[in-house]
Amino acid sequence: MLHTVNKSPFEKNSLETCLRLAKPGNDILLIEDAVYAAMDGTSVADTVSTAVENFKIYVLGPDLASRGIGQNELIKGIEVVDYDGFVRLAAENNTVQSWL
Amino acid sequence: MKFAVMINEGPYTHQSSDTAYQFTKAALNQGHEIFRVFFYHDGVNNGTRFTAPPQDDRHLVNRWSELGQEHNIDLVVCVAAAQRRGIIDEEEAKRHGKDGNNIAPGFRISGLGQLIEAGIQADKLIVFGD
Repeated sequence: MLHTVNKSPFEKNSLETCLRLAKPGNDILLIEDAVYAAMDGTSVADTVSTAVENFKIYVLGPDLASRGIGQNELIKGIEVVDYDGFVRLAAENNTVQSWL
Repeated sequence: MKFAVMINEGPYTHQSSDTAYQFTKAALNQGHEIFRVFFYHDGVNNGTRFTAPPQDDRHLVNRWSELGQEHNIDLVVCVAAAQRRGIIDEEEAKRHGKDGNNIAPGFRISGLGQLIEAGIQADKLIVFGD
């Protein structure tokens, strides 16, 4: 199952809800303002680092770039994908849940 | 694979219309089918041809119109959400006694049944919005 999250963890609790309800081994893709959750050194970095052990976490590269976030600023274990990668994740997983 | 896309957020609000457009384009490039794009809630504002952004800004409505026409995608605007927000086609204008219509090329106004059908017919329904 693929979960997409599009809200900043500093604005809404969509990511928190997603992490609470997703099953271990699920894919999670951070898009739009949720890409801030992929940054290291923030107040949610510990939560996300722990989540990396239970889920495969991806982040949308173009949305990182448009916010000036470098790939060297990311939490270890998070994989960057482009829109093609987004489509592949959506196609490979049996269902997609958007946490808005 | 057959995808259906749902957009619940207006253009130029946050980013959902942009993300949905880029996703749809990438899916088509990979040879997937887009069964339908359904515009609901404030998402119906993606379907008015009166949108006139600054020239150096992307024109989200034209983007959808062009992509829809190029790939023969069914772009459906929810009728109840559209009426509330003044998105009108010729038929609705007549029915409500309005002096004009503003539906963008390639879009059509229909009901929620179209969303349910998209959910049934497509392999996956991807939701973008607030």
